[in-house]
Amino acid sequence: MAQLFQSSIGRKVAMALSAFFLMVFLLQHFAINSLSVINPDAFNEVSHFMGTNPVVQFALQPVLIFGVLFHFMMGFILDFKNRKANGKSYVKYNGAANAKWASRNMILSGLVILGFMALHFVDFWFPEMNTKFIQGDWSGTAEGVEGLRYYEELRHKFVNPYRVGAYALAFVFLALHLNHGFTSAFQSVGSTWGRKKLLQTIGLIYAYVIPVGFIGIALFHHLTH
Amino acid sequence: MSTLISNVPEGPIKDKWTNHKNNIDLVNPANKRLIDVIVVGTGLAGASASATLAELGYNVKSFCFQDSPRRAHSIAAQGGINAAKNYQGDGDSIHRLFYDTVKGGDYRSREANVYRLAEVSGNIIDQCVAQGVPFAREYGGLLDNRSFGGVLVSRTFYAKGQTGQQLLLGAYSAMNRQIGRGKIKMYNRHEMMDIVKVDGKARGIIARNLVTGEIERHAAHAVVIASGGYGNVFFLSTNAMGSNVSAAWKIHRKGAYFANPCFTQIHPTCIPVSGDHQSKLTLMSESLRNDGRIWVPKKLEDVKAVREGKLKPTEIAEEDRDYYLERRYPAFGNLVPRDVASRAAKERCDEGYGVNATGEAVYLDFAASIERYGKEQAHVRGLDENDKAVVQKLGKEVVKAKYGNLFQMYYKIVDQDPYETPMMIYPAVHYTMGGVWVDYNLMTTIPGCFAIGEANFSDHGANRLGASALMQGLADGYFVLPYTIGDYLSDDIRTGAISTNSPEFDQAEAEVKAQIDALINNKGTQSVDYFHRKLGKILWNQCGMSRNAEGLQQAIVDIQKLREDFYQNVCVPGSANEFNEELAKAGRVADFLELGELFAKDALERAESCGGHFREESQTPEGEALRDDVNFAFVSAWEYTGQPSEAVLHKEDLTYENIELKTRSYK
Amino acid sequence: MRLTLKIWRQENTHAEGAMVTYPIDNISPDMSFLEMMDVLNKELIEKGESPVAFDHDCREGICGMCSMFINGEAHGPDRNVTTCQLHMRKFKDGDTIHIEPFRAKAFPVIRDLVVDRSAFDRIQHAGGFISVNTSGNTQDANATPISKHAADTAMDAATCIGCGACVATCKNSSAMLFVGAKVSQYALLPQGQVEAADRVQHMVDQMDLEGFGNCTNTGACEVECPKGISLENIARMNRELLKAKLL
Repeated sequence: MAQLFQSSIGRKVAMALSAFFLMVFLLQHFAINSLSVINPDAFNEVSHFMGTNPVVQFALQPVLIFGVLFHFMMGFILDFKNRKANGKSYVKYNGAANAKWASRNMILSGLVILGFMALHFVDFWFPEMNTKFIQGDWSGTAEGVEGLRYYEELRHKFVNPYRVGAYALAFVFLALHLNHGFTSAFQSVGSTWGRKKLLQTIGLIYAYVIPVGFIGIALFHHLTH
Repeated sequence: MSTLISNVPEGPIKDKWTNHKNNIDLVNPANKRLIDVIVVGTGLAGASASATLAELGYNVKSFCFQDSPRRAHSIAAQGGINAAKNYQGDGDSIHRLFYDTVKGGDYRSREANVYRLAEVSGNIIDQCVAQGVPFAREYGGLLDNRSFGGVLVSRTFYAKGQTGQQLLLGAYSAMNRQIGRGKIKMYNRHEMMDIVKVDGKARGIIARNLVTGEIERHAAHAVVIASGGYGNVFFLSTNAMGSNVSAAWKIHRKGAYFANPCFTQIHPTCIPVSGDHQSKLTLMSESLRNDGRIWVPKKLEDVKAVREGKLKPTEIAEEDRDYYLERRYPAFGNLVPRDVASRAAKERCDEGYGVNATGEAVYLDFAASIERYGKEQAHVRGLDENDKAVVQKLGKEVVKAKYGNLFQMYYKIVDQDPYETPMMIYPAVHYTMGGVWVDYNLMTTIPGCFAIGEANFSDHGANRLGASALMQGLADGYFVLPYTIGDYLSDDIRTGAISTNSPEFDQAEAEVKAQIDALINNKGTQSVDYFHRKLGKILWNQCGMSRNAEGLQQAIVDIQKLREDFYQNVCVPGSANEFNEELAKAGRVADFLELGELFAKDALERAESCGGHFREESQTPEGEALRDDVNFAFVSAWEYTGQPSEAVLHKEDLTYENIELKTRSYK
Repeated sequence: MRLTLKIWRQENTHAEGAMVTYPIDNISPDMSFLEMMDVLNKELIEKGESPVAFDHDCREGICGMCSMFINGEAHGPDRNVTTCQLHMRKFKDGDTIHIEPFRAKAFPVIRDLVVDRSAFDRIQHAGGFISVNTSGNTQDANATPISKHAADTAMDAATCIGCGACVATCKNSSAMLFVGAKVSQYALLPQGQVEAADRVQHMVDQMDLEGFGNCTNTGACEVECPKGISLENIARMNRELLKAKLL
């Protein structure tokens, strides 16, 4: 196993496996966020469950953090290695002639997403960690909020138009990242499904519906505040 | 003139090879480790020989001038490889393949060698399949065959239109295995500059590293030349740009006789020369003649209009077309053998009927086939057979399925769509049947120096049948040489390693360096290609598809003059100690300039027409080739004595005990 | 046609190289790209300058010797052709054409446009074969039927000419299309099954050792490959490696 990940193909596979994991997570995250538009109470319930359930908090959350970190670190390592393999660069290189922009710029779209993650952590995750683990408040309530606090906190974050803009931009890059990443991950683990029409269509739907959905949710809260 | 000893074993032809293998000396495995063999060239013959010798346990050093053994020009063979497997149950047998090859070669090849070739042909297919060559298969999973070159059975195995590539990659993979095990030392981008003889035996070579220019000495107990044919003496041929005669010519200069240099195959279906800039010619597979009709306009005014672009070939009425092959050879029509088809095209173009700007092209027209197939398909599918659009569409689909890749290749090169307008084709030099003289053991007249594949002369006589070159290359390398070389090497088990510190190596290296210095320091005014093109023109005009005494004599004089001019005026830029392609080319052209003369001399000597060699003095009243078995049933083997003009002719008489000599007729 | 050529000139592996501009005139649209280079070299020789070194041999698109990165693409702008099959009619009168060597750390420049692709050979030495002796004592060729589909797919992979365009065009200088094609050819045939696991591991190890980059599935190699080798071969190689490592 360890030997596998020392080979170029092994690293690719690892990259793809972490990508699959993150894509599943993203779908789940999207589903929960959608509730905030459809049914705020349900959103609060689910958020509270996710935020306080020990399995989620102490088992799934560390795995997720590892997955995210792994995907980023591996992405950087591979990009570094690939640049090293290049040697001297071309005076004239017409990359657009044979490959999509999204596929050639995964590291760039990845970096934008990383930047977004930082913002996202500052906005949500760090305050959550502070509340739960430093202040020890696992109640899910807050002063001045009736019932559970999650929905209100969410709405509050989308008041600032610049933040909404930043979120939207980041999700555009996420769309580009997924546009290539979805089918690429299948190819990397040795499946030719990624080259089948059906899966390519699903990939496209996934790559655009989810980011557009996230942007929609942000806009909804911004505009209805 | 002495008689050459071919060392053909006694006994009935069927048992010769088996008995020979049973009786020749072997080298035991422990001793093989003490013996080094050099193989020059990594085409089908060289690669298969290198791999097999290494497997047997010899230490092999292989050389190729390309950057990888896989690029040798065997890779370009399209059509297929013959083998007497009789998988189709259509009556094929070893004897029939043997007979077809001797007859196809117009009775100028050595019976025993050809029989052995046919005998081992089946093994080649087994071997190639075992090593993963993806031959074409039928739906049942068994190997598919096609028919080829006008023989009466389907015995040609193929891998799409890239059979040569796949067979070479197979042999190359066998080499790779031995390179990985350290049994073959591979020298890429190296050129053999000379052979080194010690006590009369081949004991090594001088090679030049084409990247650094370094001159290297390599010693061995035997040297195998597998450097291919010399078609590039014509400058324009279907050979690769780097294909050359130098290795074969160097050993000729050191004592190996050169046999039948004038036997050259001119392939009828190549893409014509488009202008003076042309660097090489591209073959279109012979299979196209199965469905294409060859013609030129009947009227000279139409020819003129076509050349000026005022008239399209499709606009010429049926009655104004001259389907000259069908006219001259009603029995075989467009499917006459290569040499006959080539000469007929030349005859029409010489009369002024050539259809492109250079006047050297004829039409190969698929319109009739498209219509025929289209009607068939329309009928089968219950569509209207009189609807032209439907018929055209269906017909083109059929033609595309059969020849799509060739049509595409033609389109890329000529920029004309062969589905809409007839192809233009013209004959081009393709293969050389002549080569280094070898005995039954494939040994040249230098002891310890062997020649295999296209580099030798032995199996194809005066004309080679389609799909037989691949067969011979692999037969020699996989199954013949590895046995026969043991017979020679069994005397060398106590010799020990050959030293490169000997006066013989010193001298050979000094000669090589002197020639390189002379070329580099010549500082002339003309590029190497200038001379090569001129040489090609002389040969094409005087020693091409038809030859006569006067022209050949003129060619000899012209080549001698050109050679003098070359040594006075050639310009080789750069230095000897760097990557210098012009220098490499200059050395090769210097050898072509000598071979060219011997070529003409041989053609002059052979005052008969046979196979690819057509002497205008020797023809029937209808203009067909006339062979002279009484005076010319021999192999001409030339001994070098200092100048090509002074080469001495030795004859190996050809006797046919198993086949009756007949005149080929295709009327 | 009148053209401006910008060509990479580099005396040897260790020398610094640079782009040099050469105007050229009287080019016929019917010339192949390499014939255009022949004209340039003839002019250079006549002027006493050193000709541009470039690899070429068969000039009919099968030997894989010619390389050249033309206007930012391996083998130039045309599809499914090698440089030797590219014709000048693909360019316009007055064009400027950039000509560079295939670039990758594993393909060091030897001179001008000539690069060293022996890394490809070494990958094949590591396992690009079926370990069967060439004795001729193998079983009859028809003893094991092979499905037409498998044979045809293997053939499609085997048409690779080893030119290196995939590496040159890949933004990561990855050799996976080349190695994938070779692994696939054998993986698809029953003859290749016996040592399939060893083969893929050895070849991939050597590929990594040579310093080729990793595949990020951009698909550029498939587009630029003169033989149209499919990306599916990379997927198959990935699968083969996973099988070899995990099973």
